[in-house]
Formats: sequence, structure tokens, C-alpha cells
Amino acid sequence: MDDRLDLGALFLHFLALWFVAVGGPSAILPDIHRYVVEAHQLLTNREFAEIYTLAQVAPGPNVMYVTLIGWHLAGWAGAAATTIPLLVPATTLTLLVGHLNERYPNAAIFRAVRSGLMPITIGLMFASATILMRAVNHDWRGYVVTLLTAALVLRKSWNPLWLLGAGALAGVAGLV
Amino acid sequence: MQQAEPPKPYLSLWELFVTFSRITLSSFGGALFWSRRGLVERKRWLSEREFAELLTLGQLLPGPNVLNLTVLVGYRFAGWSGAAVSVAGYLGWPFLVVIGMGLAYQHYGALPEVQQALAGMSKIAAGLLLATVIKLAMVLPRRVRPWLFGILAFVGVGVLRWPLLWVVGALAPCAVFLAWRAKD
Repeated sequence: MDDRLDLGALFLHFLALWFVAVGGPSAILPDIHRYVVEAHQLLTNREFAEIYTLAQVAPGPNVMYVTLIGWHLAGWAGAAATTIPLLVPATTLTLLVGHLNERYPNAAIFRAVRSGLMPITIGLMFASATILMRAVNHDWRGYVVTLLTAALVLRKSWNPLWLLGAGALAGVAGLV
Repeated sequence: MQQAEPPKPYLSLWELFVTFSRITLSSFGGALFWSRRGLVERKRWLSEREFAELLTLGQLLPGPNVLNLTVLVGYRFAGWSGAAVSVAGYLGWPFLVVIGMGLAYQHYGALPEVQQALAGMSKIAAGLLLATVIKLAMVLPRRVRPWLFGILAFVGVGVLRWPLLWVVGALAPCAVFLAWRAKD
């Protein structure tokens, strides 16, 4: 679609990124933006933001914005070029570690890693939750909605899809 | 994982595929909440602690943490092919959905309503993530050391906003060493 687009280079860049993406997709978002918007000018800033938003509205992991970037650039081949790299660490390193962890569940090193790092993981996720809460809320009403949601989910077993649907409608109606 | 635990069930590939398809197709605004709800609360395949442990491994490895968790769960219950069908269910549907959205975007552009709906949904999604983390924190032993490391990680990344790699690079070796010494 674009003369400047080199799918092989795009594939290799995303592949390299995923191997350093310890800490998850949000850790590599700035670099993907730098690559496709600034360095190679494949997308404008506005297109990047719109594609990212569309993918966030879709069900599934938030990381699927990378698929949409590839699709927008070069159709099915582009979608494959940006999505397959995402799978590579999971199907090599994760399977290998999973295999060893299942085979030797009582090995001292796995026990120490699991119990030593679990608190750090939970602390980091709490950090993500509070950073997200501050990023999406601009006034006290937003914070009330977020905190009320957390309290409801902890106490009631309602299906939270209703809450998300209500949030989407409230957003379109300009209430939150 | 003590020896006394009951043997893990062996699940059919179809059951893994359907479960991860359901999880991913409900995952609006982040997949962590829905994975925990599906695997711990609805299916009861994992205890709270097992979920937190597999998530920790998934977080430690490169790539999206919930995708890695999906691989680990699929492998645990049905081996290599279990991991494959779990990933197919977890990523296959969203792949098709976002491409459908890509087609719509090429024809209509992004409507302002999409942005507004996302603004509303993201406030709810932040609450779902917060509730998930609070539930996960309940599995930490009521002792000083785990909570100290959890709080240090939170303060370093969430309050002081130091780079993730520095914080984890400083805390993780100490935490693993102390857990190894204490035989946790």
C-alpha cells in the first residue's frame, strides 16, 4: 500500500520489541509509536490515536492495537506481520518455563521465584491500576465511578458487562 | 504447591478453547479481570494463589502477561496442544474483531461516539482492574516481607514513577534471594 513500507523490517522490529517487553504491552507502546509515526511516518499521530482507541473498544487483550496497525498499513499481510511477533515469546520462552515449572514444581528456584516475585507483581499491578485511574479520570465524578465500580465488583456478583455497557452509554450521553 | 493438593484435572481441548474464547470475548477494557473471573471464580480451575503464581511467571516473561498466563494454563491442563488451543481461543476472536473494525474504520473513519464510549468504559475498566488487584493482594501471606516488597514496587513505579526496569531490577533479586533463604 505504501512504497516506504517494508513488511519484513516491520516484522523484525516488532519481534525484537516483544523479546524486551518484560512488563507487558504498555512498556513498548512508546517505541511502537516512535517507529510507525516518527521514524517511518507510516501513520499520522491522529491515525495512531484513532486506531489505538478502536482496539481498546474491541473485546480482547488491549494489545490487539498492533494487529490493527498492521491491517491498516498492508491488509492481511500487515496484520500477520505485526501479530505473529507477539506470539513468539509466549510460544517459546513461556512454554519452556511452563514446562519446567510443571515438571519440577518443588524445585527451590521455582518456589523462590514464585513466592518472592508474587508480591512485586501485585505491587506493580496496583501501580498500573492507580496510574490508569488517574489517566482516565479528569474530575471527581470519574473517580467516584471508578471507585464505586471496584466496590460493587468486590461485593456483588453482577456481570460487569452491564457496568461496562452503562459506562459506554454514559460516555456517549456526555454524563461522565 | 504442596504434595497434599488433589491432582489437577485433565481438561479437554474443546473446553479450554471455549473457556478462553468466552474470557476474551468478554474482555472489554483489559483482560486480567476477566481471566481471573473465568479461571478462578467460574471454572475453579485455579485457586487464588495458583492464579497469582502463574500470573507472576507470565509477568516475568517477555510479552503480554495475560497471554503468557493463557499459555501456562493451557499447558498445565492439556500439554502442548492445550496451550495451542487456549491461545487460538484467546487471540483468534479479537484478531477477527479488530480487523472487522479496521474495515469499518477505512470506510467511515473513527466516529466521535467511539471516543466518548471509550471514555465512559475506561472509568469502569479502571475500577475492574483495581478490584482484581485487591483480590490478588488477599493471597499474600500476612507477614512483613511480602507486603514490604509489594509496597516498595507500588511506590517506586506508581508514586515516584521510576522506570520499571530499575525498580524490578533492584527489588526482584533481593526478593527471590530472601524467599530462597527462608524456603517460602
